[in-house]
Amino acid sequence: MTVVDVPIASGRPRRAWRNRLFQGAMLLCMLVAFGTLAVLLVDTAITGWPALSQQLLTGLPSTLPEEAGARPAILATLYLGALVLLFSVPIGVLTAIYLEEYANRERWWNRAIEVNIQNLAAVPAIVYGILGLAFIVRGIGVGRVVLAGGLILTLVVLPTVVVASREAIRAVPDSIRQGAFALGATKWQVVWRQVLPAAIPGIATGSILALSRAVGETAPLIMVGAITYVAFNPTLLGAYTALPVQIYNWTRQPDVDFQTLAAAGAIVLLVIVLSMNAVAIFLRNRYRKQW
Amino acid sequence: MTSVDLTVPPPSVTALPRKRIRWGEQLVHLVLFIAAAISVLTTLGIVLSLLLPALEFFREVSPVDFFTGTTWAPLFLDARFGVVPLVVGTLMISFWSALVAFPLGLGVAIYLSEYAAPRATAFLKPILEILAAIPTVVLGYFALTFVTPFLRNQLGVQVEIFNALAASLVLGIMLIPTIATLSEDAMAAVPRDLRDGGYALGADKLQVSTRIVVPAAVSGIIAAFVLGFSRAVGETMIVLIAAGQLAQITFDPRETIETITAFIGATGNGDVPTGSIEYKTIFAVGLTLFVMTLVMNLISIRLVRKYREVYE
Repeated sequence: MTVVDVPIASGRPRRAWRNRLFQGAMLLCMLVAFGTLAVLLVDTAITGWPALSQQLLTGLPSTLPEEAGARPAILATLYLGALVLLFSVPIGVLTAIYLEEYANRERWWNRAIEVNIQNLAAVPAIVYGILGLAFIVRGIGVGRVVLAGGLILTLVVLPTVVVASREAIRAVPDSIRQGAFALGATKWQVVWRQVLPAAIPGIATGSILALSRAVGETAPLIMVGAITYVAFNPTLLGAYTALPVQIYNWTRQPDVDFQTLAAAGAIVLLVIVLSMNAVAIFLRNRYRKQW
Repeated sequence: MTSVDLTVPPPSVTALPRKRIRWGEQLVHLVLFIAAAISVLTTLGIVLSLLLPALEFFREVSPVDFFTGTTWAPLFLDARFGVVPLVVGTLMISFWSALVAFPLGLGVAIYLSEYAAPRATAFLKPILEILAAIPTVVLGYFALTFVTPFLRNQLGVQVEIFNALAASLVLGIMLIPTIATLSEDAMAAVPRDLRDGGYALGADKLQVSTRIVVPAAVSGIIAAFVLGFSRAVGETMIVLIAAGQLAQITFDPRETIETITAFIGATGNGDVPTGSIEYKTIFAVGLTLFVMTLVMNLISIRLVRKYREVYE
C-alpha cells in the first residue's frame, strides 16, 4: 500500500490564519502579565538602588530620609514569620490530617469544617485585621504587640497551609496505608510513620508559600497596630512595625527621598519573599514523587 | 511451629475478643478534631467581632440611612454615614480590574492548558507564582509611582494623582494568576475524549479550545471569575495607596475614590478611641464587606463543586 499525502487543511487557508491570530492573542496575554512583572521588578530595583545601603538594613527609622533605616521593621518581620511558622504549621497539618484521614464525610459537622476552611481562604485579609482589632488588641487586651500580629497572620494563612497539606496527604497512595494496616499498625501509627513522612515535601512547599504570603501581608497588621515610629528593636510583647507597614508609611510621605526609601524597602521585601518562593518551588520539583 | 486445624470452627462467636478501646488513638482523634475546630472558631470570631459593634452602630445610625445614604463623611462634625459611595467605589475598582484580569487570565489559562508544551508550562507556571507572590504593598507603590505617571505622561490620560484607573490596572494584573490557575484546573478536568472527539470530526485547535474545552469547563471558569472579583473587592493595599481616600459616587476611573477596604485601612490605622462612633463605623463597614465577599465565595465554591461532580 502506498502512502498518499492528503492535504487535509489546504482547502481552508482562513482557518490556519485564524488559528495563528488566536495563538498570538494568547501569547500577548502571557506577555502583558509577565511584562508587567518585569517592569515592576526593574522599576523598583532602579528607583530603590540609591537608598539600598547598610543604613537601610541596620539603621533606625527617622524623620530625615537620609538617616532613616528599617532595622526594627526587618527584625519584627522576621519575628512575625517565625511566629507564623510556629503556630500555623502544627495547627494546619493536624487539621489536614483530621479532614483527610479521620473525618467521616457523612457527618454534617465535618462537611461544615471543610466549607468553612474554603470560605476562610477567601475572606479579605483586612477582615482578619478587624478581628484582631476587636479581640486580640482591645478585647483581651494583649495590646499592639508582635505576638498579636503573629496570631492574626497565622489565621490569615492557616487555610493555605491546610489546603496544601491536604493535597500532599491525599497524594500518598492508599496501598501504603493498607500495607501498614495489614502489618497490624494502628491508625495513628499509619498516619505518623507512613503517611506524614511521605507527605512532608508537599507540606513544606505549602508552608513556605504561606509564610511568604504572611511576610508580605500589610493590611491586617495596620489594623492590629504595627505603629509607625519604632526606634528600638522589637520584643515579643512590645510595640513593633513590620517591613511592609514601614514601606506603606514611607509611600505616604510627600518627600521624594522617602519614595526612594520605600522602593529600597520594597527591594528587601521582594528579596525575602521571592527567595522563599524559589525555595518552595525548588522543593516541589526536587521531591516530586512518582508513586 | 504447631499446625492449626483451620477446619474446626471457633467454639462460639461471642468468644471472640472484643475490640479493645485504644485510649491513645481516641486522644489523637480528639486533638485532631480540636485543631480542625480552630478554623470554625475563627469564623465565629470574625462574625461576632463584626456583628456586635455593628449592632451598636446601627442603634445610633439607622440601617436605612446607612445603606441608602449617598454621603460618606463619618469624621466630620456633621457626620454622615451613607455607605453607597464606598460600595460604588469598591465595585468600580473591581469592575475595571475584572476587565483586565478576566480576558488575560483566561487567555493565559487556555494557552497553558491547550497550547503550551510541557516544558514551556514548567517554565511559565513558576513565573505566574512569582507574580502571585508580589506583596500588595509593593504593587500599590508601583501603581502610584509608575503606572499613574505613565498614564499621565506617556499615554496622556488626564488622571488625578490618586486615581481608580491605575489601581484597577495593577489589581487586574495581580488577579491574573488566581484566575489563570483556577481556570486551568477546570480545563484540565475536561476529559481527553471530548477533545479527541472534536479532532476526529475535523476541528482544529482553535475550535477545540473555544467550542469544546471552554464550554465544558465553564462552571469552573465562572467560579474563577467570581473568586477573582471577590478578591478585587477585598483587596486593600493597592487601593489604599493608589486610589486615594475621597468617598464620592463617580463612574469615571480617572478620579480619586475611596473603597470599603481603603476606609477600613485608613481609619483602623489611626488612634480612633474605642467605643466612639468612628470606631464602630469600621465594624459596620467591615460587616458589609464580609457579607459581599462571603456571598461571592459561596457561589464560587458551589460552582467548583459542580464541575468536579460531573467529570470525576
